[in-house]
Amino acid sequence: MTIASAAANTMTQTWQRLCTRADLVPHSGVAAWLETDEGPVQVALFYLPGGANPPQSAAQNPPSLAGHAQELYAIDHRDPFSGANVIARGIVGDLKGEPVVASPLYKQHFRLADGRCLEDDSVQLRTWKVSFKGEEVWVEA
Amino acid sequence: MSTQPHLIIIGNGMVGHHLVEQLVERGATERYAISVFGEERHLAYDRVHLSEVFNGQDAESLALSTADYYAEHGITLRLDEAVTAIDRDASEVVTAEGRTPYDRVVLATGSFPFVPPIPGNDREGCLVYRTLDDLDAIRAAAENAATGVVVGGGLLGLEAANALRGLNLDTAVVEFAPRLMPMQVDTEGGELLREKIESLGVQVLTGRATQEIVDGERSRHRMVFQDEKVLETDLIVFSAGIRPRDELARDCGLELGERGGVVIDDSCLTSDPAILAVGEVALWNNSIFGLVAPGYQMAKAAAVTLLEGNEPFKGADMSTKLKLMGVDVGSIGDAHGDRTPGARQFRFLDPLKQQYRKLVVSSDGKRLVGAMLVGDNSVYDTLLQYYANRIELPEDPATLILPAGSSAAPALGPDALPDTAMICSCHNVTKADVCASIDGGAVDLGAVKGETRASTGCGGCAALLKTLVDHELESRGVEVDKSICEHFHYTRQELYDIVRVEGIKTFSELMEKHGSKVGHGLGCDICKPAVASILASCFNEPITDAAHIPLQDTNDTFMANMQKNGTYSVVPRIAGGEITPDKLVVLGQVAQKYGLYTKVTGGQRIDLFGARLEDLPAIWGELIEAGFETGHAYGKSLRTVKSCVGSTWCRYGVQDSVGMAIRLEHRYKGLRAPHKIKFGVSGCTRECAEAQSKDIGVIATENGWNLYVSGNGGMRPRHAELFATDLSDEELFRYIDRFLMFYIRTADRLQRTSVWRENLEGGLDYLKEVILEDSLGIGEELERQMQAVVDTYQCEWANAISDPEKLKRFRSFVNDSRPDPDIIYTSERGQLRPA
Repeated sequence: MTIASAAANTMTQTWQRLCTRADLVPHSGVAAWLETDEGPVQVALFYLPGGANPPQSAAQNPPSLAGHAQELYAIDHRDPFSGANVIARGIVGDLKGEPVVASPLYKQHFRLADGRCLEDDSVQLRTWKVSFKGEEVWVEA
Repeated sequence: MSTQPHLIIIGNGMVGHHLVEQLVERGATERYAISVFGEERHLAYDRVHLSEVFNGQDAESLALSTADYYAEHGITLRLDEAVTAIDRDASEVVTAEGRTPYDRVVLATGSFPFVPPIPGNDREGCLVYRTLDDLDAIRAAAENAATGVVVGGGLLGLEAANALRGLNLDTAVVEFAPRLMPMQVDTEGGELLREKIESLGVQVLTGRATQEIVDGERSRHRMVFQDEKVLETDLIVFSAGIRPRDELARDCGLELGERGGVVIDDSCLTSDPAILAVGEVALWNNSIFGLVAPGYQMAKAAAVTLLEGNEPFKGADMSTKLKLMGVDVGSIGDAHGDRTPGARQFRFLDPLKQQYRKLVVSSDGKRLVGAMLVGDNSVYDTLLQYYANRIELPEDPATLILPAGSSAAPALGPDALPDTAMICSCHNVTKADVCASIDGGAVDLGAVKGETRASTGCGGCAALLKTLVDHELESRGVEVDKSICEHFHYTRQELYDIVRVEGIKTFSELMEKHGSKVGHGLGCDICKPAVASILASCFNEPITDAAHIPLQDTNDTFMANMQKNGTYSVVPRIAGGEITPDKLVVLGQVAQKYGLYTKVTGGQRIDLFGARLEDLPAIWGELIEAGFETGHAYGKSLRTVKSCVGSTWCRYGVQDSVGMAIRLEHRYKGLRAPHKIKFGVSGCTRECAEAQSKDIGVIATENGWNLYVSGNGGMRPRHAELFATDLSDEELFRYIDRFLMFYIRTADRLQRTSVWRENLEGGLDYLKEVILEDSLGIGEELERQMQAVVDTYQCEWANAISDPEKLKRFRSFVNDSRPDPDIIYTSERGQLRPA
């Protein structure tokens, strides 16, 4: 996705600079405001330095994300089970090889890659594309 | 009343209640309308452990059931209503309230304590020991007494002596026979038992027949013996054996034995087939069974009989394993060897360790026919299996009783047991029953216990059952997976040892060296906080250091307690609940300034609710400025030490409980553990600090402090158990150091001390051995580890506030300072609350 094509879609799908690498906490999350068409949204940014390396048993599988491990995730900050904005304050880990965050309130797990709740299939958090540009963190929204 | 036949059970003791349970379990409530008459005002309780009431247990904790249980199963319970007659012609039982018709009756009236016909035995202060009401009478009489004597040195007599000791009386035991426990032990065993009991400060007089009891000169009573010698005492408890409560049967003409007892057959039927008898009132094959296990077996046989089945009572093994005043005594089969022609005996006596073991073997040396143990019951389970299952003895049977380390024979493994081996004699569970429950899908110890009830009676078979279950699961290829989570194939205890032994200081190092290599090696919300807690227990580095911060639960990360709307509550430490007016004012000012809801906690502190994440550093800046430090209300760590005001102000207090509470709180503050830890300190036995509901309870005595451990409030309340008495300050700290560090070393994650203690193999006795007697030789090490934690304490909030890098973490949003608009408050009773 380029800036040019985003402009053609009238405001949708543009990249925003949210913060710098120094604002992030390795192996943990922080929250940030993201401007979207529907107004400001609170997102949780998780930083897994070095990326979540594929497990050895899956080493033959095609690598994800254009050949390098994903080390940044942007996901809804709002916990749908409590209605509180706390997801960034959950513990990050992996379950069965999938990077997840556990809600700090009622401990449900959400997959960082697609926001799916492991305990309740019908619940899914929004996710956004996010990446470093140098030392800056950019999110597409 | 329905048309169902009416079954009346007379007596609501242990056996009477067990009969009810058996009937309920077998669906007899469909068949019969059941009424239970109990003479006592209490519902069935555990008489076997009566003396524990004087060791800090309350009477309620002995209860075997609840009125709800009876009501739920439609059983009419009439307590405090003695049956005075059975009218067999009219088929009615008679009480003071009237007559009740019956179709069947079960006598479960038990026994009464035998009081020898000594002139003066009815003097005031001459009591018996059998019921909770007896205990109340003894307690009342002990209030104005300094000395107490138990007449009778058998099992119950020594229990009664223990009870008197628990009341702080100078206690003596007078036994007619030449030794203590004449039924269970021989001369040598009796001598050893006497030494042990005397070393506990109880005077033992054997071979003494009391002739009369008269007024004393220095004490209330004087006991005069056959040799004219005398003994003075304020209180006398008779415990010289039991006699069956057979008067109802006698009056209605049922067949009795020559020396009493209602004659029953194998189906527990008396001479009138409408009437059955079970327990200590029943005479089977000319024997009365004075133990609870045979009574339970009769109850089961009777229940089956009442349902037209046939599961005859075939007599019962009188083997017993006891701990009397902390002294092990075991007796198996023909322990004296006088009932087996040609029997041979092996004996081992260790006068230094005060242990005595005797084997009685058949004339061909192949079978164990009896055994006797004093001072050490560790081989009891093995010997009982040899005896009960007629397992062939090793070539040299002496190896079974020689000290371990010589050429001692190994304990009998579960494999060697035949299917008929009795594992739990209280509930009659065999090895085959255990195996069947595993084959039926039980996958762990808890499931087997739930299904078979094994080990839920006296608990004596707990270790054997666990070994058997583990063995059977393993032999079925069930790998008992105790891994903490998918990232580590270790238990919490194993991870703790690894961290300690290898000196591993970070999660990533632990993952690299010992992780399961599953997934991305990121860990999860199970192992990360568990390892964080272990690292903190071992090295006590600030939890907000960069290497540790991603491991913490949100409460530890932000050193406050997250509430349901994402705000936090703040609880500064108020050690011992003591706070100056100046500090109290500061708390009010801070709450006003930051709009916080205030509430006093159960732990004598003040909780400030509704703090926004970004306000936490400023709030703490002001609190620290005023001299507060963090209260760890957010951590799995020491919370509070609750105290009463103690001797400083209270007219009843005997020690400075507030002072001790503050010292304890400052010593253990910041200690990270598998779960939260609460203390209480009371300045006298009135116990206003409710210390017995805490993990660590300390209660002042005239001579120092009594230490209680492993209590709990909350969902599953548990009374703390008395652990050590009359401790000096130094001893108190030493034992708490050891206790807490041992807990931290061996507990599961999120396991409170109460559950840990309940699951600890060997129970309270084992814990006492480890902590008080240092049986594992780790006492000093545990104290050193605790001292290291104490020496490295620092207030986590003071540490964080001085570090700008750490403070960055408290921004609600990294790219904007506008507050979270979804946190909305409304007002209630003059304070804010979440809308």
